[in-house]
Amino acid sequence: MALPISQTKASVLENLDAVRAMIRRHKRNDIVFATIGLLALMLGLLTLLTLFVNLVMDGYPRFNLQFLSDFPSRRAGSAGLLSAWVGSALIMIVTFLTAVPVGVAAGLYLEEYAPKNWFSDLIEINVSNLAGVPSIIYGLLALGLFVYGLDLGQSILTAGLTLGLLILPIVIVSTREAIRSIPVAIREAAYAVGATKWQVVSDHVVKYSQGGILTGVIIGMSRAIGETAPIITIGALTFIAFLPPSPISDVAPYLNFEWLSSSFTVLPIQMFNWLSRPDHAFHINAAATGAIIIVVTLLMNGTAIYLRYKIRKNIKW
Amino acid sequence: MVNTSTPLKAESKDLNFYYANGHQALKSVSMPLYENKITALIGPSGCGKSTFLRCFNRMHDLYPGNKYEGQIVMHPDNTNVLAAGVDPIEVRMRISMVFQKPNPFPKTIFENVAYGLRVRDEKNKRVVADKVEEALKGAALWNEVKDRLNDLAFNLSGGQQQRLCIARALATDPEIMLFDEPTSALDPIATANIEELMSELKNKLTILVVTHNMQQAARVSDFTAYMYLGEMIEYGDTDVIFTRPTRKETEDYITGKFG
Repeated sequence: MALPISQTKASVLENLDAVRAMIRRHKRNDIVFATIGLLALMLGLLTLLTLFVNLVMDGYPRFNLQFLSDFPSRRAGSAGLLSAWVGSALIMIVTFLTAVPVGVAAGLYLEEYAPKNWFSDLIEINVSNLAGVPSIIYGLLALGLFVYGLDLGQSILTAGLTLGLLILPIVIVSTREAIRSIPVAIREAAYAVGATKWQVVSDHVVKYSQGGILTGVIIGMSRAIGETAPIITIGALTFIAFLPPSPISDVAPYLNFEWLSSSFTVLPIQMFNWLSRPDHAFHINAAATGAIIIVVTLLMNGTAIYLRYKIRKNIKW
Repeated sequence: MVNTSTPLKAESKDLNFYYANGHQALKSVSMPLYENKITALIGPSGCGKSTFLRCFNRMHDLYPGNKYEGQIVMHPDNTNVLAAGVDPIEVRMRISMVFQKPNPFPKTIFENVAYGLRVRDEKNKRVVADKVEEALKGAALWNEVKDRLNDLAFNLSGGQQQRLCIARALATDPEIMLFDEPTSALDPIATANIEELMSELKNKLTILVVTHNMQQAARVSDFTAYMYLGEMIEYGDTDVIFTRPTRKETEDYITGKFG
């Protein structure tokens, strides 16, 4: 209840009890909201934690090195993830090498060079929109463009390019945000000593936005590593009992690129494959795989946070 | 009165300036800038003094839609720095600037000062090191930082950072140095250091300084211009402006009746 005007005009000391009651009443809202907020937070966190613990408990029997070094098999007990994690790792390399240069260059151009008008606004809206396009649409695009159009086949290269395309909007948006966080005063300082746009970009903008860009890249990659739909669409195999040719060779030039055109499988597809079998023993494998995917994702996100902290430590604004 | 034996370094002639939104921030501003002198721009907030200052090194070109009319002519070569054919980068190679808040790069002390040289493709390490030392000495910072040139600039105090920014602007041997309220973010001692420094710097170059602080204008400058609503109300010897201003508006502002 509000204090009458006549009383609010009087000094606090004369109405001490009424004032204290009012403060207590106002503070009740703090407690109410803190409780609601905590519950909301727990609802999300606990659900995820339960899921993770459940996966770990189910998959526990398969947590050994053999699980990582065995090929898939008809016998659940001796089936492993070797071809799946190698496939995932190789695809991530292609994704990284395509999404980073293209995404960073596009973000830099949009932020630093593109004229600001209705057309660049339109592009901005579309880039943000692309981040929300269902991943299976990317799979269909890749099937038409990479598999049939460019005749790259159902290969690691196709999968890497597809996922690169998928995370491109994430890389572009995080690049632009990182660039925008650089204060105008720093840019002007560089221009004021006679720097050209490219000197400002290469000596300052790129360097100071590294942390943000890297974070976006890793978060994009951790999304890509769990993607299943587009990979299935472009025709990943579900049962692969061989490894792609090694990227490193013992003769000069010590690199070979045959692995790019190899067929492949990835972790989430292997998991899906095991999950769809009637034999419960395979479900244990699936649970173990799920737990591993989550741990890898967590590790990647953790690395992103650490790198951001490390790079931003020397930058104070 | 204006000493006619002092050579002219630059001069604005009927300068109009329009921001992209159409607002006319400067109205037919004409003012001389005498060589090896300090000229102070005073006036209430929003009067256009910073806008005027930033015309000299074409900072307004960084943002689309801004428009200049009129001239800023530099001597002795009679170049109109605002002419369409003149590259703003070339202008900034001759006219350097110190900003309101210290804005060092998140790089080392050395690299901050050396940046202007890097931009000018100076590859000789000896030359760069010598120039950096000379600039830091010129900015009265050398003794404080000579043992930690590879420390980050952010580790310096605010006043030191501002002197570092002066060193950065000095390292490229500019003809004119622009100061945009260089002490507004500093404490009185750091302010006094910067003012002393400016008085020394004018032996080497020409200074144009915007200040909110009238005592500062009176202390450091040789000439003072009072601006109001984008117009140059009065310009003259600092002593005259502060003791016997001819215009009523100037007197009101200086005596604190207004502003």
